[in-house]
Amino acid sequence: MKKIKVGIIGTGNIGTDLLIKIQRSNILECGMFAGVSVGSEGIKRANLMGVRTSTDSVRAIQNDPSCCDIVFDATSAKIHLINAPILKELKKFTIDLTPSQIGKMCVPAINLADCLGHDNVNLITCGGQASIPIISSIFKVHPETEYFEIVASMSSRSAGPGTRANIDEFTQTTRDAIAIFTGVKKAKAIIVLNPAEPPVLMHNTIYARIAKPNIEAIRSEVMSMVKRIQEYVPGYRLKIEPVFENERVTVMVEVVGRGDYLPKYSGNLDIITCAAVNLAEEYAKRKMLCNEV
Amino acid sequence: MEKQLLFFDSTLRDGSHAVAHQLDTDAIKSYCPAIDDAGLYTVIVGHGNGLGASSLQVGMSATPDVEMLRTARSGLKRTKLGAFLIPGFGTIKDNIDPAVEEGVELFCIATHCTEADVTRQHIEYVRKRGKEAYGVLMMYHMTTKERLLEEARKMESYGAQGVILMDSAGSSVPSMVSEKIKCLADHLNIHVGFHAHNNLGLAVSNSLIAIESGATIIDGTIRGFGAGAGNCQLEVLAGLLSKIGKNSGLNLYKMMDVSDNVVTKMMTGPQEISSVSLISGIAGVFSGFAKHVKKAAERFNVDPRDIFMELGRRKMVAGQEDFIVDVAVYLAEKKGAKEESYDLGALL
Repeated sequence: MKKIKVGIIGTGNIGTDLLIKIQRSNILECGMFAGVSVGSEGIKRANLMGVRTSTDSVRAIQNDPSCCDIVFDATSAKIHLINAPILKELKKFTIDLTPSQIGKMCVPAINLADCLGHDNVNLITCGGQASIPIISSIFKVHPETEYFEIVASMSSRSAGPGTRANIDEFTQTTRDAIAIFTGVKKAKAIIVLNPAEPPVLMHNTIYARIAKPNIEAIRSEVMSMVKRIQEYVPGYRLKIEPVFENERVTVMVEVVGRGDYLPKYSGNLDIITCAAVNLAEEYAKRKMLCNEV
Repeated sequence: MEKQLLFFDSTLRDGSHAVAHQLDTDAIKSYCPAIDDAGLYTVIVGHGNGLGASSLQVGMSATPDVEMLRTARSGLKRTKLGAFLIPGFGTIKDNIDPAVEEGVELFCIATHCTEADVTRQHIEYVRKRGKEAYGVLMMYHMTTKERLLEEARKMESYGAQGVILMDSAGSSVPSMVSEKIKCLADHLNIHVGFHAHNNLGLAVSNSLIAIESGATIIDGTIRGFGAGAGNCQLEVLAGLLSKIGKNSGLNLYKMMDVSDNVVTKMMTGPQEISSVSLISGIAGVFSGFAKHVKKAAERFNVDPRDIFMELGRRKMVAGQEDFIVDVAVYLAEKKGAKEESYDLGALL
């Protein structure tokens, strides 16, 4: 069967991790890996794999639109503002891995099917991918919850220059997404980088303010959600089961990466790149079905 | 030309930690006009972890940031109104913009000592809005002077008018202060500052050493009111400076009056070095963790000192209060604590 071609813009940590994951896909292949820096590690890696590369960024796709049907944007929020209208014009299904908030927000475990009809889908942030599903499980049991909060911590080594230059959008977009997915009045997102050696695993704490929580019901919802996420992010795991302490419900999850581009501590790459691949594969499957008909 | 010595007053910011972020507008209303002509450069106001930090993670504020700033604004005529912000906690849209609207003139943008590049957006933005910006490198004891210089230079390049080294854990020994401050003061063109904590009983002394090593900003609090063992007690430093014949430009009597008559009323207990704060200094863990550690120790029936030592071993940085619960659960499981002592037991 012919594979569906994808293009990746952005050759940093996220773009390169994505490239390696695409190589394993049965239905996707990378037709263009484009960035701006000539000697980047990512470009070298892609050249070794025999993948077509370019340092013309989005122009590489403009110049040869046939190189792909799906485009992943792993640049930065600011650059995606420029890329988004270009990709729309080219009619590419665009999966945005920057915190730009342009497209339809997607967490595959929650609303994948709703997103396939949109031309631009936004994957929020790694912290959002890891914590919003837990929030939505708690919300299902306690729809009266008025406040949610998440704390995402990751190793300094796994946060590349793009993530750092976007820390403000990262924080704001994660917070906004919690409110968008639940309709809760107040939400908060906190992002912490930790430089410890050996590097710390990507870690997420989810807090909910609930007066009388039904911990058993929350636990069972959270458990089934964790299983659903594990289907596309194998390293996602519950670290501290839902517990009521200090007048708040606390849940902690960790993400162990596959170690594709950066070592295993970089689960913050995997949680968002796995979501991106999952989304692209579902889109590709539909496209193939349509082509057959 | 020698730079003028500037005093940053964090009483209404770091002091917030000491009262679990329950400072009210009455306290600010009585503090600001009373301290206004004491010769301080800026009064920094807000949640202990900065604007936008009110959270379950580090503690909810009794008073919203904006309300605190508005109250302080009306009480300050000569002293600049300052605010503190940690990228990753607060954002430009939710916090800096509203603070500028409230009349904040100076921002301290803080991050862990090795992560200066996350302050770029915020420092540049503050300068663009025509306000003063200072970079703060927290937990400075955790890295080398060479790395601190590299990070401080980044902040300078973003437009910071000074870089303050923050001894967030009160973990400094005197030689560390002199060596690191001197290195920055020798190589930077902007102000170099020091923010001390008193966990090892050295906050005032370390601040004096910082001045002698080239620091031109001292960040402290009246009566030492602040996280954990508290801060450099500014009126004590003022007295010490006058004794050694150094002109601080500070009005000692005024500061003493505010200390005795205003700050004592904000305090819920004396500012002392408790065993838990001492351990936090030894372990090199953020002073602001103290209250959370005590709570978790009770809840999970473990020794708070063990929690601090384990947090230090794991090299936790400021803002990682969630790991207190993680460590407490770990220690409780390790020692096989009685199941009935914590709810978690029932779930496992």
